[in-house]
Amino acid sequence: MKNVLILGATSNLAQAMAKKFAAEGWSLSLAARNMELLQPVASDLQVRSKAEVQTVEFDATDFPSHQGFYDSLTTKPDAVICVFGYMGDQLIARTDFDEVRKTIDVNYTGAVSILNVVAADFEKRGHGSIVGISSVAGDRGRQSNYIYGSAKAGFTAYLAGLRNRLFKSGAHVMTVKPGFCRTKMTESLELPAALTASPEQVANAVFHGLEKRRNVVYTLWMWRWIMLVVQHIPEVVFKRLEM
Amino acid sequence: MRKISDWGNYPVIEADVGGFDTADQLRQKLGKPGPVIAFGNGRSYGDASLQENILLTRRFSKFLSFDEATGELCCQAGVLLSEILDVFVPRGWFLPVTPGTKLITVGGAIAADVHGKNHHVDGSFGQHVLSMDVMRSDGSVMTCSPTENAEFFNITTGGMGLTGIILTAAFRLRKIETAYIREETVRAANLDEIMDGFEASNDWTYSVAWIDCLAKGDSMGRSIMMRGEHAKTVELLNPSHKHAPLKPKSGIKLDIPVMFPNFALNHWTMQAFNFAYYNMCRPGTHKSIVDYNSYFYPLDAIGNWNRIYGKRGFTQYQFVIPKEAGREGMRNILRRITDSGLGSFLAVLKLFGEQESFISFPMAGYTLALDFPISLKAMDLFKELDAMVAGYGGRLYLAKDSRMDAAMFEKTYPNADDFRQAIATLNDGETRFASLLSKRIGVTS
Repeated sequence: MKNVLILGATSNLAQAMAKKFAAEGWSLSLAARNMELLQPVASDLQVRSKAEVQTVEFDATDFPSHQGFYDSLTTKPDAVICVFGYMGDQLIARTDFDEVRKTIDVNYTGAVSILNVVAADFEKRGHGSIVGISSVAGDRGRQSNYIYGSAKAGFTAYLAGLRNRLFKSGAHVMTVKPGFCRTKMTESLELPAALTASPEQVANAVFHGLEKRRNVVYTLWMWRWIMLVVQHIPEVVFKRLEM
Repeated sequence: MRKISDWGNYPVIEADVGGFDTADQLRQKLGKPGPVIAFGNGRSYGDASLQENILLTRRFSKFLSFDEATGELCCQAGVLLSEILDVFVPRGWFLPVTPGTKLITVGGAIAADVHGKNHHVDGSFGQHVLSMDVMRSDGSVMTCSPTENAEFFNITTGGMGLTGIILTAAFRLRKIETAYIREETVRAANLDEIMDGFEASNDWTYSVAWIDCLAKGDSMGRSIMMRGEHAKTVELLNPSHKHAPLKPKSGIKLDIPVMFPNFALNHWTMQAFNFAYYNMCRPGTHKSIVDYNSYFYPLDAIGNWNRIYGKRGFTQYQFVIPKEAGREGMRNILRRITDSGLGSFLAVLKLFGEQESFISFPMAGYTLALDFPISLKAMDLFKELDAMVAGYGGRLYLAKDSRMDAAMFEKTYPNADDFRQAIATLNDGETRFASLLSKRIGVTS
């Protein structure tokens, strides 16, 4: 039986992925900071699928703990999905460096720290898939969320480099950019329905992308083209836009 | 603030919306003063889950326990019926009662006390609830069942979310051998024939009829009756069905990606559809084996089908009239509807069984549900229909309604006064749980 390790398993996206992988017969290792929130997630999965589910405590910003955390896993995973993230508040981040720091530490430094550990193991074993949930926000910096966006841009570049490094070993790295998604981060916002994916759609895209060993996955196909256009607007024009 | 509406896209309002993952998070939200209402999957048609402060329940959707021996399932109220089917049909279990869409939450099913094609045998959804936990406005949790806090249980079942936020519910699933339905379709040339058909189908677990609400004269009420039973393994003929009786292949899924223009659905297109639909079924009785999705949820296969009505939105007028008034009453009401030429292609007729509930919709009698694009003419027609329905001792389904007035509710729901008082008492005279619906029909201020 294959095992997937989901990092940041209490988010809506992560739960949808856990359901999908459990339904496909995988065993699950769920890692999150808040064990009180994680426990019901695990028992829910057990009622749904009779899947083997382990829960582990994990703090993305406690970098020194990451090696020990990974070593302590009783089942070494066949796939690792890095879902955790922190959206932050762009307005607060303009003046409050703690907010900036947290955004970078969670979305970039924490992700790099744990995935370095995972990559070393996968490289040695010559096997395994790493999935990084990045963001279309990282495709180009915009005034409305460039702190989060730049951390995700860094993460996207890291994943690309890691993919390049691990290719020869046989391990695989997939970058996922969900676009708008209906989760607790966005439920109070009005999002264009046609461009908004459900957590289940993202989960399906991740699962099928993994099976096909895709490199970069946009959940909804439109986003690839939208971001292509956004990336190619000349800077002299772009800097004047309200985005 | 964001724009939000229920399934009929009428009305559309601006609201503050937010959800919760845990009971503690919900308690915090209820700590803020002011009225709120729960919003599940937005499949009630009108304004039952709308007002300026909305609590989304979809995230509160964990399965808690399942007993393989008895079929008793306990889950949080934001779980969709479709999730229950996805998980439990392959294991040989089905819902005790299901409406015509599986895309509703368990909480919504209880709050609207929904019914299905087996109402004449198994009653409404609420009658299968063994117990539930409901969070009151003060953050306390009330556990209730038909025997424990029974009065509260009875007001919450069918109470349209006005007693509190349903947290969890336990109910028993029904054992099935296969995921297929043994279906018989019977074509009826007019209203009398279809009513005879219902009387003759009382022994069937499931029965419902599609009715052509545009056909006039001798053909008025022409219908196709669809009755069904859960198929036993020995009844499956197709080898691929026999091979995996509980795992039917998923059918084609379509999606309506954008709002249709308002003119797309007009009298002529609807008449053409109805003509084709009726005549595709040959006269007489036809037997077939169909998977449960095609039998119970044909419209769920078309994502966002509400968009074919366009920006103006639509409403479903669903009423029930007592059986005694049945034939005569239904004939007169149907004549008024066909004369108006406003009805659409989604019209459903069913004979309910007995039901004695505090505030739920069903009663022994005939129920007719039909969709109308929103228009001034339709609103005028509804006024006339209201008078006829009330005159025959019938009533309208709150989960579908977006326009009935307080007087109509008062006249047609025998416990309307007691309901209003009970809701006020539960909230110490304050308005805590309220929707545009509850305000409109005078249950809350």
